[in-house]
Amino acid sequence: MAAVKFTLNGKSQTVDVQAQMPLLWVLRDTLGMTGTKFGCGIAQCGACTVHINGQPTRSCVTQISTVAGKTVTTIEGLSADGLSHPVQRAWIEEDVPQCGYCQSGQIMTAAALLTKAPNPSDADIDESMHGNLCRCGTYQAIRRAVHTAARYRRASAPIAQEGAIA
Amino acid sequence: MTAVANPLVSKRLNRRSFFQAGATAAGGLMIGFYLPERSPLSAQTPATTPNGAAPSKLNAFVRIGADDSVTLMIHKSEMGQGTVTSLSMLLAEELECNWSKIRTEFPGVEPAFAAGGMMGAYGSLSIRTSWQPLRQAGAQAREMLIAAAAQKWGVDKSQCKADNGSIVNTATNAKLSYGSLADAAAKLPVPTAASIKLKDPAQYRLIGTSMKRLDTVSKVSGKAMFGLDVKRPGMLYASLERCPVFGGKVASFDASKAKAVPGVKNVVQISNGVAVLADNTWAAMEGRKALTIQWDEGARANTSSASLRQMFMDLAAKPGAVARNTGDADAALAGAATKIEAVYEAPYLSHAPMEPLNCVVHVTADHCEIWAGTQIQSIAQQTAAGITKLPADKIDIHTEYLGGGFGRRGGADFIGEAVEIAKAVTGTPVKLTWTREDDLQHDTYRPASYTKFTAGLDSGGWPVAFTGRVACPSFGGLRNGVDSTGVEGIVSITYDIPNTHIEYHPPDAGIPVSYWRSVGFSQNCFFMESFLDEMAAATKKDPVEFRRRLLSKDPKNARYLNVLSVAADKAGWGKPLPAGHFHGVAVVNNLGSYNAQVAEVSVTQGKVKVHRVVCAIDCGQVINRAGVTQQVESGIVYGLSAALKIGITLDHGRVQQKNFNNYDPLRIDEMPVVEVHIVDNHENPGGIGEATTPSIVPAVTNAVFAATGKRVRSLPIKAADLV
Repeated sequence: MAAVKFTLNGKSQTVDVQAQMPLLWVLRDTLGMTGTKFGCGIAQCGACTVHINGQPTRSCVTQISTVAGKTVTTIEGLSADGLSHPVQRAWIEEDVPQCGYCQSGQIMTAAALLTKAPNPSDADIDESMHGNLCRCGTYQAIRRAVHTAARYRRASAPIAQEGAIA
Repeated sequence: MTAVANPLVSKRLNRRSFFQAGATAAGGLMIGFYLPERSPLSAQTPATTPNGAAPSKLNAFVRIGADDSVTLMIHKSEMGQGTVTSLSMLLAEELECNWSKIRTEFPGVEPAFAAGGMMGAYGSLSIRTSWQPLRQAGAQAREMLIAAAAQKWGVDKSQCKADNGSIVNTATNAKLSYGSLADAAAKLPVPTAASIKLKDPAQYRLIGTSMKRLDTVSKVSGKAMFGLDVKRPGMLYASLERCPVFGGKVASFDASKAKAVPGVKNVVQISNGVAVLADNTWAAMEGRKALTIQWDEGARANTSSASLRQMFMDLAAKPGAVARNTGDADAALAGAATKIEAVYEAPYLSHAPMEPLNCVVHVTADHCEIWAGTQIQSIAQQTAAGITKLPADKIDIHTEYLGGGFGRRGGADFIGEAVEIAKAVTGTPVKLTWTREDDLQHDTYRPASYTKFTAGLDSGGWPVAFTGRVACPSFGGLRNGVDSTGVEGIVSITYDIPNTHIEYHPPDAGIPVSYWRSVGFSQNCFFMESFLDEMAAATKKDPVEFRRRLLSKDPKNARYLNVLSVAADKAGWGKPLPAGHFHGVAVVNNLGSYNAQVAEVSVTQGKVKVHRVVCAIDCGQVINRAGVTQQVESGIVYGLSAALKIGITLDHGRVQQKNFNNYDPLRIDEMPVVEVHIVDNHENPGGIGEATTPSIVPAVTNAVFAATGKRVRSLPIKAADLV
């Protein structure tokens, strides 16, 4: 067992678990934060995507020991009220989810894309979101929603830094 | 915070309820309420209103609280197909309640929720079996509220009308809210269904409109509760090692290394394998890797895709059970001017829903509680009853959101495994989580099929005879030697072909098979609509005109013809396309709905790119317009994966695909533009969840033929076959 300290959704967090335990299972089983999903366990589907130091990262293949001292943001911490990030607002406006299981990962990847490319083309979206599978086939709605989110983001006041929750 | 907790909502409701989020046109968001969806209290806690009273139950589907809340029981699992929203629309249409006050709950197993004896969501039947009873339930509750108001005011019921959550006295304009009437209404007799007059379509306020999904908010916040998210006090996490060969059994095993893995608490053997239980999922998976198991692999250890194909071919060489016979196909073939023969093949397919299978079970001496994303609650309950030997009424099923179903969650194999494990550690709740590898290697697959077709054309190129022989494993039961799931989509065609003869064989392949989105249509529509294209191509007839002519004789084909015309027209069939782009068309009638699709593709060095799909859909009366569009798109993506990318193969009795790296469904960069054109009418609603999966496949392969002159006769499409 090893104590690992990191910042989770704006708060300091320490966990005492096996050093090799993937961040995904620390979040879900140890900390009870189930918004981040298990889909494949080998970084092929994107359902487990979180941000580590702002970078979209597959938590299913990220050992907890490598997270020490870093900043982790999950779907639960993407916005202060859990719903108001431009990507979440756009997902609601475009009614993207069907079964919804992959959508935490889709949203986390899209949020990271918009910090890099505030006005992404369809090609940018396809390239960034290629790693996020959706078996319900919401891809067309996702493309629409990413454009909508980009519009919201440009129109809105500066966004509080993610993870900075009071 | 834009969102506030609603203190009026009970803990039970918190866990399973959703509120509509209203987003303004300008993009600003108004969240009426924000409900934390998980409560440490379980779902047994009865819902209460602020004064502690339970909401009044007006019938099995409708409960109204003193706080004016309306709780609707959604008795069909939500796996993405939109039942929470569309079933709420059916109830609310007649209930005349305030849409923003609706809450929904997934109820336990009760006779009122069983259609045809089974409670479950399957066969694209949720709307079809709910269309009448749910509108009636809404209307009955409304009439009880009207009667309660009439009593209170001492006026005739005819002087009262329901409007947006209140009963209005039409003489005085006085109003009583539903909440204030619920208690009195619940004590009144339930009006008979026969005494209720349902609205005419012209009066619909909700039905046929586009409503936002009621589950979207919880699904973008990460708070929606899927089966995999359930946690019970003292719960252990299980991972199960099964025999890699179907039908194999544990000969012996050594758990000493597994037990030494940190976090592992127990190892138990069940009927099909060895389960490791630990204090977290990862530890259970690590412990499982450390197991040493000797398997008795059984009779299927040498099965391979090649050996199965040979078995199917050998069967198809012999006469089979007759599935359809019209006229005299042999004689017509003998006299035909042109004869065409072709063999079509489709592989086994895995469902691969995004949420791996899982189930939480707590078995005690006299009770069994199950939390799962199941499509068929009744089968889950019966399965648990068989294992625990408890009566069905001692088995509670808590339905959670399903992270995709597609037929996979209709079976209860994963529930049975979890019950067996939980029974072995009676008193301790257990969560069994499948890995993706488990999912792909131990599915109940869409069966493979090997199908031979022959057609005879007259001197004008029109078909006079059509014969088929299908070899496809059975799972739906045999009737006169025929499993309808193996031949649907072939025997059901309504093209004007005077002489047809279809035969069927059920190979005993030993691979578990079951329902996969659109079932037999998923492969047979590909076979049938491709072969029809071959008939058209034999004398260079236009594929749309060819179909039109073969459908136009029988007036019962009017809806078929209509979707074909709309799709062809909207797609610009016959008009110039960008250089290198080609059209293909297919049409299907399945599950009470009709759709035609035109796919626009290009083929570069054998690589198929689908640019655009135009789909015309006639599913009868539309309930949620936006929901229909979602399901049309969804079905198309599911079919495109099968057309272009995925297939299950076997070697040494083992499934060779292990994860999404070698069973790789369609991704966003491969997603075409999909245009949906809904053909409206007031026919009874048809199914929509599976309607469009079959027809996209031949629409694409027929376009590939137009582009390359090469006929795709097996799936998935292989680049090497097109160069």
